[in-house]
Amino acid sequence: MTTPDIKDPLHPTRSFQGLILTLQRFWAAEGCVILQPYDMEVGAGTSHPGTMLRSLGPRPWKAAYVQPSRRPKDGRYGENPNRLQHYYQFQVILKPNPPDLQELYLRSLEAIGIDMRVHDVRFVEDDWENPTLGAWGLGWECWCDGMEVSQFTYFQQVAGIECMPVSGELTYGLERLACYLQNVESIMDLNFNGREGDEKVMYRQVFLQAEQEFSRYNFEYANTEALFRRFREAEEECRALLEKGASADGRHLMVLPAYDQCLKAGHAFNLLDARGVISVTERQSYILRVRELAKACGAAWLLTEGGGAA
Amino acid sequence: MPDLLLELHSEEIPARMQRKAADDLKKLVTDALVEQGLVYEGAQAHVTPRRLALQVIGLPVRQPDQNEERKGPRVGAPEAAVQGFLKSAGLNSIDEADIVADPKKGEFYVARIRREGRETAAVLAEIIPAVVRAFPWPKSMRWGEASREPGSLRWVRPLQSILCTFGPETEIPDVVPFDIDGLRASDVTRGHRFLSRGPILVRRFDDYIAALEKAHVVLDLDERKRRILADANTLAFAQGYDIIPDEGLLEEVAGLVEWPVVLIGRFDEAYLAVPPEVIRATIRANQKCFVLKEASTGKLANRFILVANIEASDGGAAIVAGNERVVRARLSDARFFWDTDQKPLPEFVGSALKPLDQRLERLKALNIVFHEKLGTQAARIGRIAKLAGLIAPLVGADAGKVERAAGLAKADLVTEMVGEFPELQGLMGRYYAAAQGEDEAVAAAVEEHYKPQGPSDTTPSGPVSVALALADKLDTLAGFWAIDEKPTGSKDPFALRRAALGVIRLVLDNNLRLPLSRLLDAAFDALPVKADKAALIADLLSFFADRLTVYLRDKGARHDLIAAVFALAGQDDLVLIVRRVEALGRFLDTEDGANLLAGYRRAANILRIEEKKDGRTYEGGADVALILDRGKEEERTLVEALRLAREEAHAAVEREDFEAAMRSLAELRPAVDAFFDAVTVNAEDSELRTNRLKLLDALRAATHTVADFGVIGG
Repeated sequence: MTTPDIKDPLHPTRSFQGLILTLQRFWAAEGCVILQPYDMEVGAGTSHPGTMLRSLGPRPWKAAYVQPSRRPKDGRYGENPNRLQHYYQFQVILKPNPPDLQELYLRSLEAIGIDMRVHDVRFVEDDWENPTLGAWGLGWECWCDGMEVSQFTYFQQVAGIECMPVSGELTYGLERLACYLQNVESIMDLNFNGREGDEKVMYRQVFLQAEQEFSRYNFEYANTEALFRRFREAEEECRALLEKGASADGRHLMVLPAYDQCLKAGHAFNLLDARGVISVTERQSYILRVRELAKACGAAWLLTEGGGAA
Repeated sequence: MPDLLLELHSEEIPARMQRKAADDLKKLVTDALVEQGLVYEGAQAHVTPRRLALQVIGLPVRQPDQNEERKGPRVGAPEAAVQGFLKSAGLNSIDEADIVADPKKGEFYVARIRREGRETAAVLAEIIPAVVRAFPWPKSMRWGEASREPGSLRWVRPLQSILCTFGPETEIPDVVPFDIDGLRASDVTRGHRFLSRGPILVRRFDDYIAALEKAHVVLDLDERKRRILADANTLAFAQGYDIIPDEGLLEEVAGLVEWPVVLIGRFDEAYLAVPPEVIRATIRANQKCFVLKEASTGKLANRFILVANIEASDGGAAIVAGNERVVRARLSDARFFWDTDQKPLPEFVGSALKPLDQRLERLKALNIVFHEKLGTQAARIGRIAKLAGLIAPLVGADAGKVERAAGLAKADLVTEMVGEFPELQGLMGRYYAAAQGEDEAVAAAVEEHYKPQGPSDTTPSGPVSVALALADKLDTLAGFWAIDEKPTGSKDPFALRRAALGVIRLVLDNNLRLPLSRLLDAAFDALPVKADKAALIADLLSFFADRLTVYLRDKGARHDLIAAVFALAGQDDLVLIVRRVEALGRFLDTEDGANLLAGYRRAANILRIEEKKDGRTYEGGADVALILDRGKEEERTLVEALRLAREEAHAAVEREDFEAAMRSLAELRPAVDAFFDAVTVNAEDSELRTNRLKLLDALRAATHTVADFGVIGG
């Protein structure tokens, strides 16, 4: 593939969107389907059904997409240069993982402008676990000059189910990576569109107000009573859909809607957690409840076409 | 003699697992070789982030031949048994077996099987795949196409290639023929991920290590550590800094690089306003970099040492710049936490509560649980405060300050900084307490109540700190005893041994006279669980006795002397126990002491035998009138000497003057010696005999004023 000209506003080192487009083109060239973000609030790109469900069952699958991550607790009213309650991840899922996944990953870094002759790229142990998804894997944090730029994971279990085959998952932290490529200190200072002068749009212009408003909402104003209720309702609906979708011939017909409810419950929990109304002991039990939903969805997925059911 | 070279080349192995993996590889392969009758001259294993390597030298070309005798069934046994025997022994007919006569069991078939030793290479081709398949990684994984099927190979990260050669040092060695899940052993490896290209043909260890060095891989972990440390010291020294040593970090960093390149970076001096411990924790935990101090002042410098894995074409400028950026961002986070933690919480804006008090309120409001069965942190803080209040007058601490410190001690658990760096708990509380104008002793106690953490940690000496540190540990011990979570064997998840040792050190280092039973009694009373208090206190005191024994033994005290003192009833004053042990040790080193011990033993031996024979004890003291009437001169002297010694020893123990107590016991020596020289204990006159045995018992009892001499060894 051809890397855009360095003067091109869409060069990955000049604009946030250029970085995204470059990664999309790179992974599209490797045969990935380029999905769009899932249209629900999720805490990480892994929660997208394109990873969470597709990594289960025997069917090969290659996908890449941007996913906004909502982490209500990480909000800092836009005041911390490195922490946001909403940011973007670029997610790649390859099932089964190709034998040269590390090499592919390093080539993707070269594609976005990281020269391996002058930069120190390292694979540092990081055992990944997502307790609410019942998922874990082994892999690394990928460091570039001491900065974590990606997570690299070989999924071993998802939804409590052994991955057969194992998928390789790459997650690029886009804002942090862009700060590095654009050489700015604060996410808010990122050049979003790569233009200069009057035409330049900064990350700040796009997202600062949202960070401030959502931090207020997440920490101070979210209606906890409604959230507790929503959690329960989503949990009930998820279970109901899983029950009603189970057909007589052993197939499952409503996994995806059920999984949406699982995601809703997960987000309600994250908001309640940010509001500080869930005690430590309760916290564990909420995580367990969401995990049970995720596990039930994963098991049902195996009974669908996408999950490899004959 | 041929040598074996094995390299398992994989994706990056976690640094913390590397050293043990090398040891395991060596042990598993060499053990399997020996089991196969293959002795070797030497073996060494090496590890880098991407390879585990093993060299075994001086192996034989083939296994020795083996003769095996296998016993079969009796002559005339049923046909099925005979057939089974033929099959298992590999014989064609029973004629090939010998018949052996056994005097007891009759005649037996015996198969004499000669096993020809196999070629070592063939044995290796079996051993190595077996070792790889069963390798004891703490965590292992499946990967790739093969992971579709159950039972696919597991390794710590995907295994990429295997090099395995075997042959004499004078010839070109052969590749050991095996494959594991499609990975075929070869004589080819690869060098550094970025600094080397193409395959490297390897014959044996010598050219392997040289070829790797040329391909920018330092095979030996300790050599990498040595180079990192030497380069770091040189670099720091040249700029007027000293590196702050950190062995754990060095080991980890050496496990992250195959070709260490040491560079120095800097950060804005303004960040030095954040406490040095925070800067160090930030740079160490997040960046795995070393911090430096000014050689002239010893103060933390705004420099750090990083270890890269490549020789960059720009001399490392981009790498340093990148690391500096990250350090800057992290320190900016740290400063943000530092500032935020000293500001009001959103829910307390406009409140009169000081920042740390607000955190305490938040901790209470959140109902953070300490332990499921032991209630919330808030409840625990209440218990500690009460217990510390009880201890305060005993250690000369100001009650008001103790109460204040107890209230603030755990408040930093809900600060941003401790959330980010849990290892800074206590220390941050101290900083924040000082910043909000708390009394110095209070701020110190907030940090020091966790101390001493380990054998090398210091023991606090400020009375407020001591009171709080004791209360914290006694509450912990009582709590986990009450819910029966005592340490067992090597399992001590709540660090209770450390807590007990902490109490011991706090008491001894500060020479505190504390009635432990009474304090434990109060600690148990405060707990939210009901328990059999008396039994638990007794059990906990014996736990203290065990820990004290270990502690004193480590300091060189004789464990039998400690046991001799603990054998006395009601020992719960640690300072007195130690003084007794010390006095006893000194006493036994004197000639009088050694002789008294000998006399004691003689008396105790006679008593043991006679009491057993007679089925009774001789307690209660001798009949003085009888002795005066019919006893010997030496008996009379001993009776009088015993009376005196006992009185004096008792009085001395009351004064806690154990040296004097033992001196008075030492006075017994001539009387005891003379008694045994002149008096026959087992006299024919049974009245005299009984009385003399009672006299010996009195001697035994007298020594018990200082220790149970019966437990003393040697």
